[in-house]
Amino acid sequence: MKHVIIGAGPSGVVAAEQIRKLNTKASITIIGDEPEAPYSRMAIPYHLIGDIEEKGTHLRHAKGHFKTLNIDVRNARVEAVDSTNKTVSLNNGADVSYDKLLIASGSRPNAPSIPGIDQAGVHSCWTLEDARAIAALAKPGAKVIQIGAGFIACIILEALARRDVDLTVVEMEDRMVPRMMDNVAGNMIQDWCVEKNINVFSNGQVMEIVKVDGDHTFKVKVKTPTGETELDADLVISATGVSPCVDFLADSGIEIDTGIIINKNMETNVPDIYASGDVAQGKDFCTGEYAVQAIQPTATEHGVIVAQNMVGRKGAECGGTINMNVLDTMGLISCSFGLWQGVEGGESSTLVEKDKWRYINLQFEDDVLVGGTAIGMTQHIGVMRGLIQSETSLGKWKDRLLENPLQIMDAYLASTHTAAIR
Amino acid sequence: MQMSLVIDANKCTGCLQCEMACSYEGEGVFNPTKSRIKIFPFHDEGIFVPYTCTQCDEAWCMHACPVEAIVINKATGAKEIVNDLCVGCKVCTIACPFGTVNYNADSGKVIKCDLCGGDPECAKACPTDAITYQDANWTGYDKMKDYAAKAVPAS
Repeated sequence: MKHVIIGAGPSGVVAAEQIRKLNTKASITIIGDEPEAPYSRMAIPYHLIGDIEEKGTHLRHAKGHFKTLNIDVRNARVEAVDSTNKTVSLNNGADVSYDKLLIASGSRPNAPSIPGIDQAGVHSCWTLEDARAIAALAKPGAKVIQIGAGFIACIILEALARRDVDLTVVEMEDRMVPRMMDNVAGNMIQDWCVEKNINVFSNGQVMEIVKVDGDHTFKVKVKTPTGETELDADLVISATGVSPCVDFLADSGIEIDTGIIINKNMETNVPDIYASGDVAQGKDFCTGEYAVQAIQPTATEHGVIVAQNMVGRKGAECGGTINMNVLDTMGLISCSFGLWQGVEGGESSTLVEKDKWRYINLQFEDDVLVGGTAIGMTQHIGVMRGLIQSETSLGKWKDRLLENPLQIMDAYLASTHTAAIR
Repeated sequence: MQMSLVIDANKCTGCLQCEMACSYEGEGVFNPTKSRIKIFPFHDEGIFVPYTCTQCDEAWCMHACPVEAIVINKATGAKEIVNDLCVGCKVCTIACPFGTVNYNADSGKVIKCDLCGGDPECAKACPTDAITYQDANWTGYDKMKDYAAKAVPAS
């Protein structure tokens, strides 16, 4: 049996290892288009900060890890998938045949349509190559403009700030991290950044990036609610979200919506072709709908389940993954889980302590937790996931949580562990 | 023989000696906020609940780690943080549905119970046998494992 995996990120690598665990004889090939050892994009900010070397971003550390597992890791770009002849064609002219194909090609940064976005000195922060370019330009005192204040944007803020650059963030929406944080939380993070001497323009839009001669490399035109302004920049970072890498699948017959549509067995509409991770539009546990969740836990959970299906294990279904994120914005730690926006007819419980930089919001449907947001909380936060995914009936503890959402851990213990306090 | 921490909340008096012993073993300080095992008091019900990682088979934390900084200790079965590799991204703290991996802002890394390499200080410090370290085969460990499996459907 020949298993071919497109993508050397967390989902592809976990899938390959799991296939090997389940089948010692199968042929396993991973095809990745970056000339690096398989690495984690999530670790890049910590490399930029200087906490880790480049090799610290690698997904696996043991020497010869993939060789030992007899997993062939190739550096090439897949240009097309031919599902009739069951081959993938590579940019080096080679064709690779498969019995089972996993598309775990991940996502890539969106390119906002801004004049001047395609020039040296304007970078995404997505690959190790990007990180090297940013590290070279983000010198102490350099003026850096970051377009976008989403998850990835926020997570690299600290890396940039610690490099002592003069940093400005321009976000189109009305708050920071709008797709992960509610209004209160997004604004709290923004206030925090402003206190840390970062200029933040929310409701702002970068109109044009013009290369100039002078002390700085660029003039950047920014539209804000109060008018237009022109800012100097030596480096512009574009971080306006990511989208699934699906362009090479144009003529493959594989059904694509936002991402590749998969069923509960992680298979696409084309037999023997599966998808996982950022590129897959899989089942969301909370909504029951199929959506792209470009997050690490989903990528690895997908990897485990898809491997079982690829080796033909019965009953390995994905019951749905939970959208969740944790973010460290220059020391302010925030997280959100599930349906943090709440549900119609649901109830919520909120505690805001602006002076302590603490916030918690819980969302309920009947007496079940369906979503949550927290800032400034780092202990036992995983129980929010536990309560959401186990659909635990909270009983009287829901009323206690409505009074004081900080009792979330007590509610968890009481309703899951100890009959005496239920 | 796989050993496991066995917790009997009914025997816990809330003395917090386990937290002291744990924080001293793990961080070199007597500071309950640095303990990997935590006692949760329920004053209305008059009960104290010791709580820590059950070293579950699913190992959500380990699978979610993007840099292979959580590994299994083959001798004890514990899922251990490799400090040199942990970048402090905290994904494990949201991935663990039991909330037993916590971020330690002082070190910039996460901490969790590692069974002290097979000689857990909490169990030794507990004066009432509310926390014991026993052969996993005849204790409530299986019950806890069943619970762990049920708490989060193996998606």
